[in-house]
This record gives sequence, structure tokens and C-alpha cells, in this order.
Amino acid sequence: MARTDIEDIEVELFQRALLARHGYDFGGYAPASFRRRVLNLASSLGCGSVGELTSRMLREDALLPNVIAGLSVPVSEMFRNPSTFRALRTEVFPILGSYPLINIWQAGCAFGQEVYSLAILLEEAGLYDRCQIYATDFSDAALARAQEGIFPARDARQYSENYLAAGGKRSLSDYCHARYDFMKLDDRLRRNVTFANHNLVCDGVFCEAHLILCRNVLIYFSDALQDHVLALFRDSLVRNGFLCLGNRENIDFAPAGRDFAAVDAAARIFRKNAGNG
Amino acid sequence: MSAPRAIVIGCSAGGMRALKEVLSKLRSDVGAPILAVCHTGSEDVTTLCELIGASSTVPVREARERCRAHDNTVYIAPGGYHLLVEYGGRMSLSVDERVAFARPAIDVLFESAADVYGHELVGIVMTGANHDGAQGLLRIRQRRGIAIVQEPLDAEASAMPQAALDLAGADHCVPLRDIAPLLNRLCER
Ligand SMILES: C[S@@+](CC[C@H](N)C(=O)[O-])C[C@H]1O[C@@H](n2cnc3c(N)ncnc32)[C@H](O)[C@@H]1O
Repeated sequence: MARTDIEDIEVELFQRALLARHGYDFGGYAPASFRRRVLNLASSLGCGSVGELTSRMLREDALLPNVIAGLSVPVSEMFRNPSTFRALRTEVFPILGSYPLINIWQAGCAFGQEVYSLAILLEEAGLYDRCQIYATDFSDAALARAQEGIFPARDARQYSENYLAAGGKRSLSDYCHARYDFMKLDDRLRRNVTFANHNLVCDGVFCEAHLILCRNVLIYFSDALQDHVLALFRDSLVRNGFLCLGNRENIDFAPAGRDFAAVDAAARIFRKNAGNG
Repeated sequence: MSAPRAIVIGCSAGGMRALKEVLSKLRSDVGAPILAVCHTGSEDVTTLCELIGASSTVPVREARERCRAHDNTVYIAPGGYHLLVEYGGRMSLSVDERVAFARPAIDVLFESAADVYGHELVGIVMTGANHDGAQGLLRIRQRRGIAIVQEPLDAEASAMPQAALDLAGADHCVPLRDIAPLLNRLCER
């Protein structure tokens, strides 16, 4: 009993120290998964306790990128939940196609799996050249990886299956080169993609988007932070713009959720309500 | 010992039948929510909920993020997501790395529930072919919750209950048919 209570205190102190020393605010994250990550981070950095991690983080500035990378856990997949990508292709792309220029914001892009997925489907729909895609994350380490577009070859089979299930028209291998243990996505897929650091907790509106894709990021946020970010998305979207969330996300508890109407509830695709500018 | 405030169950290979057996004999007024991870490999647990729900004494639903886990209801972790409990009894999901090759992982559910419910928690590890759940059951015992493990020889797959016994031990190690009666007794108020 005592042991765990100490851990609770340590996690809270760690969070406060990270804010005070480095300006990163994790106060709005859902406690259970945040706690797990902090404990994992401490052990992966060889710290015997979260307290030790806190004191190292306070003194060793060089540790900060590792801390952020460890707390970010950029776990993703290409075409994760293929049915969602299929729905984007069939329900959203035709409407995007009516705009001369299309802005897409992918928030929480992890290692870029989703942004390359999106790029491929946009190419196949003949829309890519009209698109500007912003892929953002708050982890520089993740962004650097995303920019490379290199993934382990052992994931290739899963990605290919997902691609076909998402309604891909060719073969995923047409878009990448196999190199030993890795697959590298075609550089051309990145020609209209801008990778940038953006922290959903504290950074604001930076574009007028027609589609925002932010999957499996808000699940880590408490109700209040989820609401804050949904309001940010609302304010970043053009009138009737689209928002796509992760397949098991629930926005019923956020007042800003009422500014969106479900277009395809199962695929978690929403549209900003007309009344909201 | 006071009646538990929550019950968590983990099972894998053969788990659906085991869950069905337990939930069909459970008293309908256990007075606690029941959260379960059953590795199925499928993204969609709707069918699983229906199959188990057909004979269960209490409603069986897929766990929804941010919703409160109500008493006398079973919540099954959705495919592809870890299920956690927050202080106050609401459920949350994560797509963090697999634990023991699994997502949802029993360890993740058990550890978060142990943090929230402490000694007022019952954790049950049943049939399965891996070692998920052992670490979680250990945490439950460290926080003085009650650990129940299905007798490995009685289980369709013995590896998981055996791994749990080896690492965490158990307060009760019983065959499947005795799990529901045991729970019914523990939940007497
Ligand atoms: C689980 S991944 C989701 C990846 C991908 N969207 C998917 O669903 O497969 C969550 C991502 O959100 C990012 N993230 C977490 N908090 C963030 C914040 N405050 N601002 C921006 N990105 C954040 C993490 O760095 C991580 O890459």
C-alpha cells in the first residue's frame, strides 16, 4: 500500500517538475496511462524510482528529448483500422475534391504511418497535387522519424493487408523500396507534406483545414483537455470541415463535441456544424 | 473482509467458454463492476459480448472510454486497445505498446485497477496460452486485493494460470466451476 502511494506522489512531483523546469504541461493527461508511461520511462532510463528520474531530469537538460519521446509513445500503423481510411476515400475525398486547394492537418502523426497512408490514398484519388498536408506532433524524435519514412520490414505484410482492405488500388510495394530489414516510403509522397512541432496542449490555430485527422491522441487526455483540443480543431476547420478521430474515441463528455456532427459514426468521421463559422 | 468494489478478469485461449461459464452462474447483484480482457485477436468484440451476454446473469458490454463502470455490469476491453480504470471508476483506453504481446493486455487492466481499488479488488486469471496477467496479479496482491487463479490442470490452456501462480501466487486456486460460487460468496454484503 505505502509503496504505491509513494509512486502516486512521485508521479505528481515529476509532472510538476517537468512543467516548472521545461514548460511541458501533462496535467491534462488521463492519469492511469500517464502513470504507466512515467513508470516505464523511469525504468527504461535505468532510474530506480520516479523520484530519481525527476531529479535527473531537473539537472540534465540533455535528457529532455528522451523524456518527451518516452511520454509520447508513438505507436501507430499504416492504414490502422482500414475501414476508416476506406470511409475517408469514399465519403470525404469526393467533397474535398470540390476545393481548388485542400489543407489537411494530421495531428499526433507519430512516426508518420498515417500521413503516408493518407498521401497514398490522395494520390490514387488524383487529389494529392492540390493538397497541403501538415503533419504535427509534440515529439521532435517522432517527427524526425516521420520525415524519414522508414519502417521495419516485419510490419510490411500487415501494412499491405491494411492498404488493400482500405481500398488501395495498387500494391503497397509500388510506394516503397525494400532495403534489408526496412521499407522506405517513396520520397515523392512527402512533396506536399510539412512536418512541424505542434503541442496540442498549448499551441494554437495555424491553418484553415478542410480535414483534420487526429486519431488516438485525445484518448490520452482528460475531459477538460479533450474539450480544449476539440475547440482548437473547430476553430481550425473551414465551415463544414471534417474531423476524423480514433475508432473508439468518445466525445460525448466534451461541450465542444456538440460543435461536430457525425457523418460516419463507426469510422468516427465528423463534420463541423454549419452554425460554427 | 468487505465486499469488493470491483472485479477484474483476464483470459486468453479458451477464454470465451470460461467467461461464459463464470458469468452464467454469477449472482446478479455482485455490487461491483466487472472488467474483463479476453484476447480474441479480433478488433470487434460485439459478437463476443453477445455470445457471453446470452447466458450471463448481468449485462455484458464493450467498454467505452470515459464512461463510468457501473455495478453489476460486465465490460469487455475493445480489440486493439488497452483498458484502464481511472480514480473515480471511469474507464479509459490507450494504444500504447503491446504488453506480453497483447493489446488489450490483462496486466495493464489489473495494474490500473489495483492502483484504484487496492484491497477492495478481486482479480481472476483463467485459461490462456501466454503469461499475460501474472504481473498484474502480482500488483493486485501487493495492494492486498484478492487473487483467484483457475487451477492450471483444469484450464483449457494452462500456461497463463501457471505463470500467474508462479509469479504472484493466489488466495484461491480453484477449478473453473468453483469460480462463480466463490465470487458469489466474496460479494455477499
Ligand atoms: C498513439 S499515437 C497515435 C498515432 C496515430 N495517429 C494513430 O492513431 O495510429 C499518439 C501520438 O500523439 C502524440 N501526442 C501526444 N500528446 C501530444 C500533444 N500534446 N501534442 C501533440 N501531439 C501529441 C504522441 O507523440 C504520439 O505520436
